[in-house]
Amino acid sequence: MKNKRTYEESVHYYGRIWMLSAFVLLMAIPVIIGVAFSAWPPLDKVLLGLLGVVPMFWTVAVIEVLTFSPMLGNGGTYLGFVTGNLTNMKVPCALNAMKGAGVEPGSPEGEIISTIAIASSTFTNTIVLTLGVLLLVPLTPILSSPTFKPMFDNILPALFGGLGVAFIAKDWKVATLPLGVMILLYILAPTLPVGILIPVSAAIAISWARFLYKKGHLHRTHDNKKGDL
Amino acid sequence: MDFKNSPIMFFLGGIVSLFVLSQSLFFLLKALKEGKRMGIDSLAMRKAAISSMIFSIAPSISILVGLLALSQALGLALPWLRLSVVGAVTYELPAATAAAAAFGIQGLSNISDPSIFTAIAWVMTIGIIPSLLIIPLFLKKINKGVSRLKQGDVVWGSIFMSALFIGLISAFLGMGVGGGLLSILTLLSSAIIMVGLGILIKKRNLKWLETYAIPISMLGAMGLSLLFSIVL
Repeated sequence: MKNKRTYEESVHYYGRIWMLSAFVLLMAIPVIIGVAFSAWPPLDKVLLGLLGVVPMFWTVAVIEVLTFSPMLGNGGTYLGFVTGNLTNMKVPCALNAMKGAGVEPGSPEGEIISTIAIASSTFTNTIVLTLGVLLLVPLTPILSSPTFKPMFDNILPALFGGLGVAFIAKDWKVATLPLGVMILLYILAPTLPVGILIPVSAAIAISWARFLYKKGHLHRTHDNKKGDL
Repeated sequence: MDFKNSPIMFFLGGIVSLFVLSQSLFFLLKALKEGKRMGIDSLAMRKAAISSMIFSIAPSISILVGLLALSQALGLALPWLRLSVVGAVTYELPAATAAAAAFGIQGLSNISDPSIFTAIAWVMTIGIIPSLLIIPLFLKKINKGVSRLKQGDVVWGSIFMSALFIGLISAFLGMGVGGGLLSILTLLSSAIIMVGLGILIKKRNLKWLETYAIPISMLGAMGLSLLFSIVL
């Protein structure tokens, strides 16, 4: 290499290559699954499914990039956004490591420590998940038996009951209207597809939050009140 | 053999895990080299690496619980793949549910039709893909713009994010209430366990328990749902 790149330039250069490769790899997966099982779902069904999550997930993606990239630094961002589990693991892990090392997020030293932290965190996560899957394979027939069916049929209420408490406790005023409307809708029509109701519920929650905020009913500092799950 | 746990699916999961490990190793070595050049104490860097590995054990176990939960509907390989890269269980579960709902499947039961399974894989993938394009295209610009954004309305920004998630959770809570008695009881059990854990964490100052609060309430409520199904 004739013109030696600085560390920052090199992180951007290789980061882009890694990230775009991840993009191609991930997009190839449903294609390979489709080919392997000769299974091509009707486009309208896929679009209907996407309608339920894309408006919200894509908005969150933009906000996450804007929020987390200054904390994680460039290397941490290129790595963390590919390896995932940001709000529940990578971001707190990187912040914890920077605090431990006594360096500031966004500083050149912070950039290094944050990258080291996210890489190390990924090693742990990949090892735990891979070992977990290897151990679970022999248990699959037991877990799929009819005895356990009611348990797995109720995963969603089991997750969202606890998550609801954790989240609504922080912003119960914001939750009143969307929660009320959703409960009412489902009592009246229990078979409504949740995919369509997610964006509707999110729109109600945001408009209601905006109204409460403008009226001065929501006072808080933004520290440790981020919308992380 | 169930197609969801076929060798090709595990092969794909393995490829993704290898990719993620390789990228991590690449950036780790790069950061260590640059850190050394900058004069950062190598002991401090080693400490950061070890403490981060230990720090991540608990959240990884919690992610494994999410994987177990998804595995009943989707097999082990796809959730393993999806939870090893981008995303998180709180995205994958709604995405899979929304895709299944498009085929008229309420909740997320054992998916036995390969074409529904493929649709779920598409929705999960496209749902979480945008950051992989936004960052390579715009990170440099974002770096410049962030300082200006920081002066914007940060309080509203944080409320907005929170409201988005409350919207998502409300839709699922509504669905839980509409899902019949067993579903309501499971929902309430999970909520009650969570409240109990919250009180315990506060009163006894058990900070470490926070990471496990969601998986404990989820597993606890799933276990209780089994009990309710026998009694009802």
